[in-house]
Amino acid sequence: MTQVERQAWDVVVIGAGGAGLRAAIEAREAGMRCAVICKSLFGKAHTVMAEGGIAASMGNVNEGDNWQVHFRDTMRGGKFLNHWRMAELHAQEAPDRVWELETWGALFDRTPDGRISQRNFGGHEYPRLAHVGDRTGLELIRTLQQKIVSLQQEDHAETGDYEARLKVFQECTVTRIVKDAAGEKVAGVFGYERESGRFFAIEAPAVVLATGGIGKSFKVTSNSWEYTGDGHALALLAGAPLINMEFVQFHPTGMVWPPSVKGILVTESVRGDGGVLRNSEGKRFMFDYIPDVFKEKYAQSEDEGDRWYEDPDHNRRPPELLPRDEVARAINSEVKAGRGSPHGGVFLDVSTRMPAEVIKRRLPSMHHQFKELADVDITAEPMEVGPTCHYVMGGVDVDPDTAAASGVPGLFAAGEVAGGMHGSNRLGGNSLSDLLVFGRRAGLHAARYAQEAAASGTRPVPDDAQLDLAAAEALRPFSAEDGELPSAVSAGSAAEQPAGPAENPYTLHQELQQTMNDLVGIIRRAGEMEDALHRLAALRVRARRAGVEGHRQFNPGWHLAIDLRNMLLVSECVARAALERTESRGGHTRDDCPEMDREWRRVNLVCRLSDPSAGLAAPTDPGRGQIRLERRETPPIRPDLLNLFEKDELVKYLTDEELTQ
Amino acid sequence: MSAYEAHFRVWRGDVDGGGLRDFRVEVNEGEVVLDIVHRLQATQAPDLAVRWNCKAGKCGSCSAEINGQPRLLCMTRMSVFSRDETITLTPLRAFPVVRDLVTDVSFNYTKAREVPSFVPPEGLGPGEYRMQQEDVGRSQEFRKCIECFLCQDTCHVLRDFEQNKEAFAGPRFLMRVSELDMHPLDAAGEAGIDRKRAAQDEHGLGYCNITKCCTEVCPEGIKITDNALIPLKERAVDRKYDPLVWLGNKIRRREG
Ligand SMILES: Cc1cc2nc3c(=O)[nH]c(=O)nc-3n(C[C@H](O)[C@H](O)[C@H](O)COP(=O)(O)OP(=O)(O)OC[C@H]3O[C@@H](n4cnc5c(N)ncnc54)[C@H](O)[C@@H]3O)c2cc1C
Ligand code: SF4
Ligand code: SF4
Ligand code: FES
Repeated sequence: MTQVERQAWDVVVIGAGGAGLRAAIEAREAGMRCAVICKSLFGKAHTVMAEGGIAASMGNVNEGDNWQVHFRDTMRGGKFLNHWRMAELHAQEAPDRVWELETWGALFDRTPDGRISQRNFGGHEYPRLAHVGDRTGLELIRTLQQKIVSLQQEDHAETGDYEARLKVFQECTVTRIVKDAAGEKVAGVFGYERESGRFFAIEAPAVVLATGGIGKSFKVTSNSWEYTGDGHALALLAGAPLINMEFVQFHPTGMVWPPSVKGILVTESVRGDGGVLRNSEGKRFMFDYIPDVFKEKYAQSEDEGDRWYEDPDHNRRPPELLPRDEVARAINSEVKAGRGSPHGGVFLDVSTRMPAEVIKRRLPSMHHQFKELADVDITAEPMEVGPTCHYVMGGVDVDPDTAAASGVPGLFAAGEVAGGMHGSNRLGGNSLSDLLVFGRRAGLHAARYAQEAAASGTRPVPDDAQLDLAAAEALRPFSAEDGELPSAVSAGSAAEQPAGPAENPYTLHQELQQTMNDLVGIIRRAGEMEDALHRLAALRVRARRAGVEGHRQFNPGWHLAIDLRNMLLVSECVARAALERTESRGGHTRDDCPEMDREWRRVNLVCRLSDPSAGLAAPTDPGRGQIRLERRETPPIRPDLLNLFEKDELVKYLTDEELTQ
Repeated sequence: MSAYEAHFRVWRGDVDGGGLRDFRVEVNEGEVVLDIVHRLQATQAPDLAVRWNCKAGKCGSCSAEINGQPRLLCMTRMSVFSRDETITLTPLRAFPVVRDLVTDVSFNYTKAREVPSFVPPEGLGPGEYRMQQEDVGRSQEFRKCIECFLCQDTCHVLRDFEQNKEAFAGPRFLMRVSELDMHPLDAAGEAGIDRKRAAQDEHGLGYCNITKCCTEVCPEGIKITDNALIPLKERAVDRKYDPLVWLGNKIRRREG
């Protein structure tokens, strides 16, 4: 077979963002040898970009806060589609996870009495987001990174080797989860080093997916090149299902001008700290967009909204702080109605709301970002903003307590790649806390699983045939130009020989992004989504001919050609599930089915690979997809948790049948 | 502003050598240098190697040298150059090249490991930490660091003298020592770690002759020299030559 370097570890964590690093720390502290693999340099995962904060009901600013209130907000934000058990664990454990960061050296902004300060955010009843200015993600990732280093220092003191028990393989991409010869249990991973192009295989009984999201399949996005949905695709290919893939969060405020920065995030803290949205007529339009389910919870006048910042106990919050899906849709409607800003967004203004000094202190990186990239001084003029693809609620179907992926022993998932926690829409700040809560759980249970495998002498061995196939698949782009496949591939799929000229992976990627943006974007229609599925199928055929020049050493064209497989799989999940769900809820808005339907709340759409044995021979027939959809009933919410809500509110979400049970 | 064609010279090659290659490439309104590199990849040089992630100056991945100046590719606007200027892109000079604009920055990760970590204070559990904003503010400034390593690249101690790499941690990691030293609750002293002395003896603080070049290139605008290195030098000197100051500090700290 192709030359691959092989190593053996107990737990492999794919991803070095908040979820991956937290998992690795836990696995190492549970006594397991843990390898972390990531595509970028250590410390540069997507988590570094998080701005606003991390949600945890510590009650430092408003004593009324507690986990029950946080749970309630989270369920409301997700329109009750959240897995209630995940939302419960998340709300209960988030404060401990934040406090723990302090003991590892994190320095959050402080309250006057020296505690961790907390700020307001959309959908959160109380000021709840622990933060460091608007660079909270940087603080989070640096703290976890430094905690890893401190564990490595301990190992060094004991063994003379920093990497004896915890090693980060940076700039490496995993392309396949490998199973044992029976195809049942996880046995390790296969991937390549970006720098050298060399292949490697790591044997391990437990693998944690912590690969983040899918936003690079959309044209206007706040996400980086890393977000090609790798973990989602790896799970599918390993036989694990994904849920809730129709729910994609479009953040209401991305930059819209100049074109080269379109999509870059403008943090929600701008609104949390007092920023207001206006249309071209100068009107604070959000007051016209408060949906019925939220009528009692939001201010009905500008005066009341303004008073809330000073006196939140006697006033209701301004509608600029509605959950993200509501605000994004409202902005979309204003622009469509011709009341947008010159570059197709709306105005977000802090300059008339706070003194320049306060703006610079509280929103330093926004100030910097606009000044450097758009020549806009946010202390003196409004920003222009519009929706941008930001986060995927859908992901690997996991057990809430252990983060184990359904149906694939040894596979775990945490962070953005896992599904269920956020239901149909995630609240701001709930991701960073999710990473820590479920990252820790995934690390813990992966370690236990690995320990049991070791104790019982049943460490699975990676199947050589799967490794060979993975190597052939990764090499395919180099032989695309002459229409030839490496022998290992063509043997199994003679009928699937690509015909036609080699395709440029960059062009394919752009077409994919355009398709998803235009046809499965923020507002969806059945006909457009059907069209999208056809285009995706055609792109899939062409992607088999994606070819690259040059050699394997740090070759971004090659990397992209490989990533296309993942983006196409994940995009199909989004499009299929979105077409199936004939209602509007959270991050899924149907122009042709605008109402939320209580019957649909009881349904999770589950995506699986239609032919898991197909290997590399993905169907080339455009009529056939790669994804099969199933409907599954959501588990009933535990009664004591339901009792946290008023009946009046529950009737908006739950069916009569559920209410009487 | 209308689109125009710019002249770029980009270093292409690997450990075995390489050279500047000429490109003519379209530039549109508002673009940054990284956009141009991406356009080169998409249209002329698909295998051109470059690191990037956030494209918003937050991750510190896209460091390179633009016309010889260490900069972030994603935060350098094309509008700062005139249209007929030739723009030269080269990899960071202080680190070994891997390919094209990508360098081997592992030196920095090695140095990071040599700085003893935060030592949590005994007797304070999670949730019990109390610190005032004005006391955390100093270390917070240093924690804005995005680890772009531009300061490491520009500091002449590392840039011009390969042999110093062994002894000198560079501004980024001396600043890390300073950050921990200023952390209001770091209990390194109690654990027998003297951060100031270590800065001098183990991380090569003495090599720094406060030229402030590091501060000038820091994209986060951190006052590395004034706020981190000089205070560290002052205190390290106190300790070396004045045992009384050292003792006094120690006692005061315990009381506080
Ligand atoms: C601009 C921005 C601002 C945000 N602000 C906030 C906020 O204020 N509060 C909040 O709660 N949330 C925020 N979010 C969302 C939050 O940051 C992300 O959801 C979260 O960081 C995801 O973390 P993660 O650990 O799941 O994955 P990531 O941090 O994205 O890490 C993924 C890791 O997986 C690795 N990886 C991926 N694929 C592979 C592969 N094939 N092989 C090997 N490694 C792989 C990557 O290299 C990376 O290390 C924000 C998001 C953005 C984009
Ligand atoms: S001030 Fe010191 S660390 Fe900074 S560039 Fe000059 S010599 Fe190097
Ligand atoms: S101190 Fe500044 S220049 Fe140095 S690595 Fe950090 S951000 Fe970059
Ligand atoms: S790409 Fe992140 S700093 Fe430039």
